[in-house]
Amino acid sequence: MNASILTLITFLPVAGAGMVTLLPKRLLPAFTLLFTLFIFLLTLHLPAHFDTARHGFQFACNLPWIATPAIHYHVGIDGLSLWLVVLVGFLAPLGVLVSWRVIDHHQREFYSLFLLQQTAMFGIFVSLDLMLYYAFWELSLIPITLLIGIFGRKNGRAAAIKFFLYAFIPSALLLVAILWLYAKTGTFDFVLLQSQMHTLATGANATGLWLASLAFLLAFAVKVPIFPLHAWLADGISEAPTAIAMILAGKLGLYSLLRFHVGLFPDQAAHIAPLMVALGVIGILYGSLLALVQTDLKRLAAYATLGALSFCVLGIYAFTAASMDGAVYQILSESVSAGAFFMLLGILYERYATYDMAQLCGIAKKLPGLATLFVITALSLIGLPILNGFVGEFMILSGSFQTHPRLASTATLGVILSAAYMLWMLQRVFYGAPSKLVAAGTQADISGRERFALWPTVALMLVMGVASVYWMRAIDATVPAFAPSFAPVSITTRISNYARMTNLR
Amino acid sequence: MTTNMHLWLLPLLPLAGFLWNGTLGRRLPKTLVTSVALLFSGAAFAQVLWIAAQFRSLALPHVESFATPWIAIHGFQVDFSFLLDPLTLIMLLVVTGVGFLIHLYSVGYMAHEEGYWRFFAYLNLFLFFMLTLVLAENFLLLFVGWEGVGLASYLLIGFYYNKDSAADAGKKAFIVNRIGDFGFLLAIFLLVAHFGTLSFTSIFGAIAAHPAMQGGVLTTIALLLVLGATGKSAQIPLYIWLPDAMEGPTPVSALIHAATMVTAGIYMVARTHVLFDRSPLALGVVAIIGAATAIFAATIGIVQTDIKRVLAYSTVSQLGYMFLACGVAAYSSAIFHLVTHAFFKALLFLAAGSVIHALGGEQDLRAMGGLRKKIPVTFWTMTAAVFAICGFFPFAGFFSKDAILFAVFNASVLHSLYLGKLLWGIGLVTAGLTSFYMFRLWYLTFFGSARYNEEHAEHGGHGVHESSWTMLLPLIVLGVLSLVGGWMGWPEALGGHDSFAHFLDPVFGASAAAAPVVMSSASAGMERMLAGLSMLIALLGWLLADILYHRNPKLPERMAQKCSALHALLLHKYWIDELYGAIIVRPLLAISRVVLWRGVDAGIVDGSGVALASGASGFSSIVRRMQSGNIRSYAGWLAMGAALVLIFVFYLAHCI
Repeated sequence: MNASILTLITFLPVAGAGMVTLLPKRLLPAFTLLFTLFIFLLTLHLPAHFDTARHGFQFACNLPWIATPAIHYHVGIDGLSLWLVVLVGFLAPLGVLVSWRVIDHHQREFYSLFLLQQTAMFGIFVSLDLMLYYAFWELSLIPITLLIGIFGRKNGRAAAIKFFLYAFIPSALLLVAILWLYAKTGTFDFVLLQSQMHTLATGANATGLWLASLAFLLAFAVKVPIFPLHAWLADGISEAPTAIAMILAGKLGLYSLLRFHVGLFPDQAAHIAPLMVALGVIGILYGSLLALVQTDLKRLAAYATLGALSFCVLGIYAFTAASMDGAVYQILSESVSAGAFFMLLGILYERYATYDMAQLCGIAKKLPGLATLFVITALSLIGLPILNGFVGEFMILSGSFQTHPRLASTATLGVILSAAYMLWMLQRVFYGAPSKLVAAGTQADISGRERFALWPTVALMLVMGVASVYWMRAIDATVPAFAPSFAPVSITTRISNYARMTNLR
Repeated sequence: MTTNMHLWLLPLLPLAGFLWNGTLGRRLPKTLVTSVALLFSGAAFAQVLWIAAQFRSLALPHVESFATPWIAIHGFQVDFSFLLDPLTLIMLLVVTGVGFLIHLYSVGYMAHEEGYWRFFAYLNLFLFFMLTLVLAENFLLLFVGWEGVGLASYLLIGFYYNKDSAADAGKKAFIVNRIGDFGFLLAIFLLVAHFGTLSFTSIFGAIAAHPAMQGGVLTTIALLLVLGATGKSAQIPLYIWLPDAMEGPTPVSALIHAATMVTAGIYMVARTHVLFDRSPLALGVVAIIGAATAIFAATIGIVQTDIKRVLAYSTVSQLGYMFLACGVAAYSSAIFHLVTHAFFKALLFLAAGSVIHALGGEQDLRAMGGLRKKIPVTFWTMTAAVFAICGFFPFAGFFSKDAILFAVFNASVLHSLYLGKLLWGIGLVTAGLTSFYMFRLWYLTFFGSARYNEEHAEHGGHGVHESSWTMLLPLIVLGVLSLVGGWMGWPEALGGHDSFAHFLDPVFGASAAAAPVVMSSASAGMERMLAGLSMLIALLGWLLADILYHRNPKLPERMAQKCSALHALLLHKYWIDELYGAIIVRPLLAISRVVLWRGVDAGIVDGSGVALASGASGFSSIVRRMQSGNIRSYAGWLAMGAALVLIFVFYLAHCI
């Protein structure tokens, strides 16, 4: 079981996609829901049997696939990928629930593509062979592009093409870099490569290593996205159907940055880290300031996402245990909260067919249940303590403060800005007297199906806010080791240093 | 004798009330909603009394923590741990005691409101966070309570969310507080960086163990904490949210925006006094902010016409006194004033609520008058509160205010005794102003001719009427406390024992000796003289109010017309809100919209992508021309390509 569980989880959605093409149309949502729920339950097997005391990859499976070039089917997870796999499992049923009524044409295509992208995501997180990883990476592009193009809003096609070009062109460079690594080492295997990296880093290869690391970085940075490579984000998110907007940004790129950029090129990453930290801080402020002046709810959400993801970038490249742990935790919690936020936006759109804040006003009076959920989710996104957002944000900021005090302080300004744009949004959309559109409507408050999607998510926000240790144990066992030359300074030395300094003064 | 106080249960009791009413309240009858809210807040008060009864037998400081930490990574940990010491106990008694009374009052006050259940749910939520705040044993848990009470305040200010002004005020309160929290967070990061822990006991222990640590980073941390405190406790420059917060229901103003939440900043400074004791600069800043805020807010208070706004500015001003006390390291006096202020200011708000209730929602002082006989219980209890805040012997405010002024008189601020005397002078003038605007309010409300619209009040209920017993009982209890509540701090100079300060000695005693504040020759005679002086000033304020608003009610109007510029300046609150809007809010929005959005995002970020795309299509149109079908040209391209490959192999490949 332990050796095949990852394979099972990864490829079950493809099997589901096959079944979707055969089933009658009216059964599709229900079938996909049950199927994704089942997969989610399977992913829960992983944390239940994960051993935090053990080093290296667990649930691993390493089989030769192609002899020349030596491509292996090598999968496995560690503390970094463990919860990301569970997260992909968790978000899929929610995506089905919010698509239930919205997707009213080409359902067969929608659900099979949706399941296909789930396989690609699982594959990205579990692959330990670069070629296998690259295959999943490219595979993830196609279903998402099609889903945005076919099921998006009126400019869906343009947004889909934009997304595809932005993601695809740097991916080609990534492939070149992977092939170069193979040419130099004769292997695609992540574990082997990692152990050979220091022998590879000799004078003759220095430039090549740098170029390869930059190719990796560029491909991942676009996917996150990191400022200023975020041009696809606002269009992509605002045009994509809810189920896709929920999974479009963030985790794939951020995971890959940590695993394959920092993990394979520690020296190069250490050299470029100051730039990445700066871009992270810029992204936080830039995203928040742009969110502040948006009039379209989904664009506001897109820029808010840019800000939230930039926190993770800051945390990863600040290279302290706290900031890196916090960054991974923030990936999880941001995905949950932003997922809830996009679901709520979708629910709102189902009722009023607009994301324009000028037309929506005073909804709280009409739909109090929806308003309550919106408020809780907004509070989670702005990092209110005892909700999930705070833990990651706090660890990222306090961790990066140790290596970059000025930049981390600047980033902390984002805490004020995020409160400003979120509360202003809540006020404009939910409070005050109802607008013409809202007053005239007879829209129903949140339905049972929607509750089924949102209540567990909200509960998770609360649990992740107070019981972070449960998730952090595995993360903390793995992630800090990614930092190049990580040396924790003991507290007593700090205080005695301090005392010495003041004595001298 | 048990030593487990089950401190964890204390915040969870109101939380249970919140969860019950928050999820089920909508469908439940009013009496059940009320009973649940009262039961859980009352149970918390009962537990505090139980703790107080056993307090003497405890070894202090008493710390209780959960086995599972909140955040734990290798080398850093934050626990759910609670601290009980005299300071905590006093705060617990105030929070749950006044909290329970205000819950009781709200039963009557909110009886006719839509969203009754929501109100009680939020009120219980507030108690949960406030108890977390005062019980916290580390900075991060304190921050949980700190942000949490801000949330409860946001929800309750915006309780009437259909009103734009209420929604505006709630948002403003939260965002302004977040500016303070920015400072608080940076202080926390500095503490983590320098001490590797956030636990009070460890940090304060480490500081105590290193007497060489003076100023430096401790000053930075303390000043950042002050920024946080100015947000929560409504001090210059972040006081602007509190007057607007009066949009919330009156019991909320009494509980959150007068008695408890807004004192969190003072509590925090007192709690972290070990840091401040090592930094004369930070203390000086606190003292100056406090004195400046006290007089600044008092001057605004004298011209406001909304009864709740007068009280709001009065709260800002009184919080300034507490800040001033903290700034001269007279922490026990600050906490003493915090307690007496909780009594009389809560009472003032509740009595004002009773007046508003009697008049069917009228808040304008110009439309009141002559209510003395119509609502006698409200009148007499409010009178007690007015005497208390003005500092008349033997009301509560007399003792606490004089403890503060006496400490300031003897203190050296920023190494200067003259500055101490100056701040004392400001405090004294403020006492006179306080007395003036409070008696102005008193006369306008209860004396003179009835200026209210009888019909309008009729509409609200059954004419101008006294409130129900659930509203009057808290008034009476608080009225008694406004009278006797100060006696526990009866100074030795006046033949008392100063038992309040001695009770707090285990917390502040050590710092009193180590504090950088120099006590000059303080004598009992001096203290008596100063007390007499401030009483005299208060009497002067009363006399002036009596002349202007009782004997010659037409005079103030004429004066306002004569000094119209000054009057407008005060009436418009020195145009501070407008100033902030013009120099911060609007430029920020304009830059975001014009420069960042239209310029950078649409222009550069998006534009470069478009440029790349059009570049690619331009390139491909050139490439297309290469496919001419002409064999000879193909051969030419082939040769060129081969040449490029060769060049690459020879000159570049060996670099890679």
